[in-house]
Amino acid sequence: MAKDELNTFKLVGTRPDRPDGLDKVTGRARYGADFSLPGMLHAAVVRSPHAHAKIVKIDASKALALDGVKAVVTRADLPTGLTGDEWDLQENTLAGEKALYDGHAVAAVAATSKLLAEEAARLIEVEYEVLPHVIHVDDAMAEGAPVIREGAADPTVPEGLHPNVVKYMEFGRGDVEAGFAEADLVMEKSYKTEATHQGYIEPHACVGQMGSDNKGEMWVCTQGQWFIRKMSAAVLGIEASQLRVTPSEIGGGFGGKTTIFMEPLSLALSKKAGGRPVKIVMTRSEVLRATGPTASASMDVKIGMKTDGTITGARAEFRMQGGAFPGAPVDMALYCAFAGYKLENVQHIGYDVLANRPKCAAYRAPGSPMGAFAVESLVDEMCRELKLDPIEVRIKNGVQTGDRASYGPKFGSIGLKEVLEAVKDHPNLQAELGPNQGRGFAVGYWFNHNGETSVSMAIGEDGTAQVSVGTPDIGGSRASVSLMVAETLGIPYEDVRVNVVETGALGVNEPTHGSRATFATGKAAVEATQGAIKEMCRRAAAEWGIDEEAVEWADGAAQPAGPNAGKFPPMTIKEIAAKMGSTGGPISGHHESVPDGVGASFGAHVVDLEVDPETGRVTILRYLVVQDAGRAIHPSYVEGQYQGGAVQGIGWALNEEYVYDDKGRLANSVFLDYRVPVASDLPMIDTVIVEVPNPGHPFGVRGVGETGITPPLPAIANAIHDAVGVRMTHLPINPPKLLAALKAK
Amino acid sequence: MGKKMHIQMTVNGKAEEFLAEPRELLIYTLRERLNITGPHIGCETSHCGACTVTLNGKSVKACTVFVAQADGSEITTIEGLGTPDALHPLQVAFKEHHGLQCGYCTPGMITRATKLLEENPNPTEEEIRFGMAGNICRCTGYQNIVKSIKAAAAEMNAAKEAAE
Repeated sequence: MAKDELNTFKLVGTRPDRPDGLDKVTGRARYGADFSLPGMLHAAVVRSPHAHAKIVKIDASKALALDGVKAVVTRADLPTGLTGDEWDLQENTLAGEKALYDGHAVAAVAATSKLLAEEAARLIEVEYEVLPHVIHVDDAMAEGAPVIREGAADPTVPEGLHPNVVKYMEFGRGDVEAGFAEADLVMEKSYKTEATHQGYIEPHACVGQMGSDNKGEMWVCTQGQWFIRKMSAAVLGIEASQLRVTPSEIGGGFGGKTTIFMEPLSLALSKKAGGRPVKIVMTRSEVLRATGPTASASMDVKIGMKTDGTITGARAEFRMQGGAFPGAPVDMALYCAFAGYKLENVQHIGYDVLANRPKCAAYRAPGSPMGAFAVESLVDEMCRELKLDPIEVRIKNGVQTGDRASYGPKFGSIGLKEVLEAVKDHPNLQAELGPNQGRGFAVGYWFNHNGETSVSMAIGEDGTAQVSVGTPDIGGSRASVSLMVAETLGIPYEDVRVNVVETGALGVNEPTHGSRATFATGKAAVEATQGAIKEMCRRAAAEWGIDEEAVEWADGAAQPAGPNAGKFPPMTIKEIAAKMGSTGGPISGHHESVPDGVGASFGAHVVDLEVDPETGRVTILRYLVVQDAGRAIHPSYVEGQYQGGAVQGIGWALNEEYVYDDKGRLANSVFLDYRVPVASDLPMIDTVIVEVPNPGHPFGVRGVGETGITPPLPAIANAIHDAVGVRMTHLPINPPKLLAALKAK
Repeated sequence: MGKKMHIQMTVNGKAEEFLAEPRELLIYTLRERLNITGPHIGCETSHCGACTVTLNGKSVKACTVFVAQADGSEITTIEGLGTPDALHPLQVAFKEHHGLQCGYCTPGMITRATKLLEENPNPTEEEIRFGMAGNICRCTGYQNIVKSIKAAAAEMNAAKEAAE
């Protein structure tokens, strides 16, 4: 069905200005660092200059002697006895016995000015005993590698592996060796990706205040105020409900602002400084050294294919380091790796490994881009070998609604086939390519996510609607939720205001992560709105003296449900709202759940690029993103997610990486040499929104934020091979690396 | 703490006068001293452009200008370009053409774009991309930023023609 036939909505699918637009173009929007309080102190954090070192002694006496220095906090000020994830969070917030990576926080100081706090931080003397370190995942698993933490491995890890291997997984189905035996071509290759950073332009910032009674408040840029509350409370040993967390406007997150870094320190310092509020704003260098970049990966993939393109067996073994703590997304990487393929024989093996690097955090489809780089590169290579069309091979093997996924569950409604057909029809595929130019294609996947969700909405006295949501607006969710609520109520978009509220105002909400805000918060907002509609119908029924079942809601008004209900003129939302004080009180609606019906999203990208054979520089000529949105509530913001995700993937493929020196220190901790794409690096990114509605959402939403970062990594590598005939298996494909490969050809 | 210096400057049309250490960075002067928080800090090294302001008619990154260097200057920030009721055409265009997502880079982007369009009132897509290369956006892939600047240029040129 064409989109126009499906879409009978008045507002859903339109492109109004975002409600936060005016504040953002005038400088009024208030981000984390824009918040200040009377009597506020400023903090600075002392960080380890070593990749791995025993902390022998911390002496803050010189800092505390400075006039205006009000408090110093070290690990000795935090509670003991934490275990598991809570211990990890606390250890990452402030190092205990050892500093585990370059940039690991060791102490924090609060003073009356930022400059004074920085000066005081320099006066805090830390005595270290430097230990051997390890940075790369394969090195960290090898015999003789320095042990980062004894006893960190969970029970899944088989005997005999290095103690840095903290989690092991193996799953699959069928007989993968029999599958390979059936194949006409079996290929096996190894791939590597380097750690990258989300690169949100707003550094982490917060203001925290806590008294000696352990009652606290925090204002913070975050993707999830309840996560900040729960984690900060755990690290500090206080009760979650005694901490009230208010999110600011957020200057980008992409997954990196779903956890804590320095936030609990503002509370600990405040408490020590007699309850004065304490502001902490990270520098860019602190963001890169000591927040949550991605894992880096070393991967082996083996695939068997028949001459007609049928895949008979597939095996992936992924090793990832996610820093000095368990939690590399190797599980997600494996789940996504073959998700696009219908497979009878498939095997997955994964290792989560510790290394002396910062604790990784989520970054847009965590794990999926790495796995896709390996699998989609190898499938492309095999298609070339067998002279098969790579798109047709994906269609031939592609999963459809009801198929069993490579990682186990059966797919609900999915739109991979529709995406691939839309790619084939796109004019970009007809563009002529010149010398040193090539075309690359790849598919990407993300599950999408539901998560704990609580939404309240209330009808104002004037018949407008306010909606309180707990998911910070990171990609336009205030606009999309406004559209869905206005559509449901039958009132203008402008009559709905969506507020992202603090932790005291709603039940627990998971962060804006997993591409869940428009799906889960949107679904909950529609449910809450339907609750309010039911109440408005009840009020009208009471006034008309008829049964409430005889009243229905249409076009922003209660109406008699049919000719038998009686003849009454429609009672508009404004009329009902104006007298709600005398008809039973405020009218509101609530919804709390973990919404079911998540719809997964496939995407496919086609890139045309040119390689400069003299310098190894890659120029993107054309770029196409095709992805299944389920339903695009605000198509401009869906396109925005596709474009933004693709460009982050382009950066990952071509330039971005964490570079460590031989002492294990991050060598590129500024935007000069951690180089993200700028406007002149890019062409326009063409987008096609495929809409295979998700039956689990009232408007068909799937969630669109994450899939788009996945295909660029392999698509670009595939296009480079098409252009110059070299197969790049280690990202990023920066000019020196590509030039060396061209010379070796 | 260094010796303080007497500084005078005009910010968004308003005369300001204060004592400051010469090493104070202009972005701190604006944000912390004058409470002008539209310009943001993203990198402290002049690469991201979130702090872009106009200083004596030129785009500068306020994170790498000492307040001493700005003594006697005339400065325009996003707050000085337009008000909610009388927006600059670039502000209108960024709003209507969805030239932003998180909005953190937007004040710097728009402030830089005002100078770009003064330097080149009718830029091609390529000229826009190179003219804005000192301002990083991590959300949009720059697509709608380029479109917004094109739309604003057309709007401003049409208004100029109508006035002539």
